[in-house]
Amino acid sequence: MAFIPHTEADVAAMLAAIGAAGIENLFDEIPPDLRVKSLAGVPPELNEMEIGRLMTERARTDGAPLSFIGAGAYEHHIPAAVWAITTRGEFYSAYTPYQAEASQGTLQLIYEFQTMIARLTGMEVANASMYDGASATAEAALMAVRANRKSKSARILVPSTLHPHYRRVALTTAANQGLKFEDLPYCTAEGITPAASLARYDGQDITALVIQQPNFFGRLEDVDALTDWAHARGALVIAVVNPTALALLKPPGQWGSRGADIAVGEGQPLGVPLCSGGPYFGFMTTRMEHVRQMPGRIVGRTLDVAGHPGFTLTLQAREQHIRRAKATSNICTNQGLLVTAATIYMSLMGAQGLARTAAAAHARTRELVAGLTRVPGVHLAFSGSYFHEAVLQLDRPVAPVLKSLSNRGILGGLDLSGYFPELGNALLVCATETKTSADIDRYRACLSEVIQAARAA
Amino acid sequence: MSTVPADLKYTSSHEWLRTLPDGTVEVGITDHAQDALGDLVFVEVPEAGRAVKVGEPCAVVESVKAASDVYAPLAGEVIAGNPKLKDEPETINTDPYGEGWLMRLRPAPGALTGAAFMSAADYRKLLEAEGG
Repeated sequence: MAFIPHTEADVAAMLAAIGAAGIENLFDEIPPDLRVKSLAGVPPELNEMEIGRLMTERARTDGAPLSFIGAGAYEHHIPAAVWAITTRGEFYSAYTPYQAEASQGTLQLIYEFQTMIARLTGMEVANASMYDGASATAEAALMAVRANRKSKSARILVPSTLHPHYRRVALTTAANQGLKFEDLPYCTAEGITPAASLARYDGQDITALVIQQPNFFGRLEDVDALTDWAHARGALVIAVVNPTALALLKPPGQWGSRGADIAVGEGQPLGVPLCSGGPYFGFMTTRMEHVRQMPGRIVGRTLDVAGHPGFTLTLQAREQHIRRAKATSNICTNQGLLVTAATIYMSLMGAQGLARTAAAAHARTRELVAGLTRVPGVHLAFSGSYFHEAVLQLDRPVAPVLKSLSNRGILGGLDLSGYFPELGNALLVCATETKTSADIDRYRACLSEVIQAARAA
Repeated sequence: MSTVPADLKYTSSHEWLRTLPDGTVEVGITDHAQDALGDLVFVEVPEAGRAVKVGEPCAVVESVKAASDVYAPLAGEVIAGNPKLKDEPETINTDPYGEGWLMRLRPAPGALTGAAFMSAADYRKLLEAEGG
């Protein structure tokens, strides 16, 4: 798409055509007392050279730390081709195209994205993306209430092992729309949600059960038992999954005897760099029987009048420009560029490449856990299998330890004490394929040093 | 000119009503409504057991052109939604007054006597006034 700004003559011609004296007159409808008179507190403009220098200087203060933080966003190797192709002019837009006749390439790319995500999750249909994993989870809860018409309660069971940010976003998005989120306790020895602990809900009207796999602690939940429990009680299952892990783990479409009903997740691990929390993108898949309750846009493959295959937005009667207030959601897609990167990433990696990435991340995390738990005063919090994250317990408060590590150029993980105070001095750590044995050994040596120094003090 | 059977009652929002021998009421959309919507691709009917108020949106008909709500023409309880429409929504196009019925309602006490539905003649006049 060409970048063509309006010239002064263009603007004057447009204003003349509608009979307005100036741009300001276009805002006449806004009462004067609602207009902001000046932008106090906003510094004067900088030119490109100046802003480039300022940002470079600020970025430099971050240093180049060795990061062992996961907790929802993961550092993976991104082949150089991914962003070289993504930022080509033909792709460089945040939006899903409306005009099929002018946008076949972008539409085909989104169609391929949907196909890949549907196959990765083992589900029947994917949409063109969501904002991020947290908002996708919130939208999945709203969708479950629409789709589960036999349930009247709008009660959604949410394990405490779900990412705490996802829970908060879901509450913010959906609690005022009548949804009731109920926290499920987890087993503090194993760090998972045992299906047996759900017995107290037997005989009650439950709309949906959320299951995150791997869960926030990196642990693997017994997804088959949880899924079957929910389905036996008329509840839908919302899977919250990590796309890298899906290259190795059983996809949500195969959980239990019937599979999950909706699967969502954070797409960032698929070719999107860590970037202060975003922009990232979310994905959502479901079964065909629920497709009309799915939010977001969907690209379909069709035939044109001459019988040639082509791509177009489809099932639009769910959407706000047709259904207005009764639309399934007001979400469109402004994560198109990130979806483009993810599609190219998945194409380059292939199923085998993604599986090798997942296996390497898992192996590195095992190595990390083995190394760090050799340090006196550090042990693994939960027994049982994990993917590429694990919770460690320290013999002292985590925050000062992390600060000392940070002074040594290491981001040691996420302090869980604010989120899960019952776990004591708990630290969530992560290693992906980007970490070498030398990196892990450096972390182990620094942690040992920091803890010894703290003991001596 | 679309078909308007003489033995049915009608609403201004293009629903028809048929009182069945057991006192329940069958509801659908008129021939004019299906023709205006075009080929139907999806129909959502209400669950049995649901209580509806007059004018409450209780079904959705989606065509290649638009998606529209269908309003409950009277208060009552839904006895059944037409299960055939799930897989064959086009039945409404081919047989709007028969196999293409949308739902059956058990009228709330007094729901039928108080309401002023249109006769076939009045509905035909409405269509003429609307240019149909």
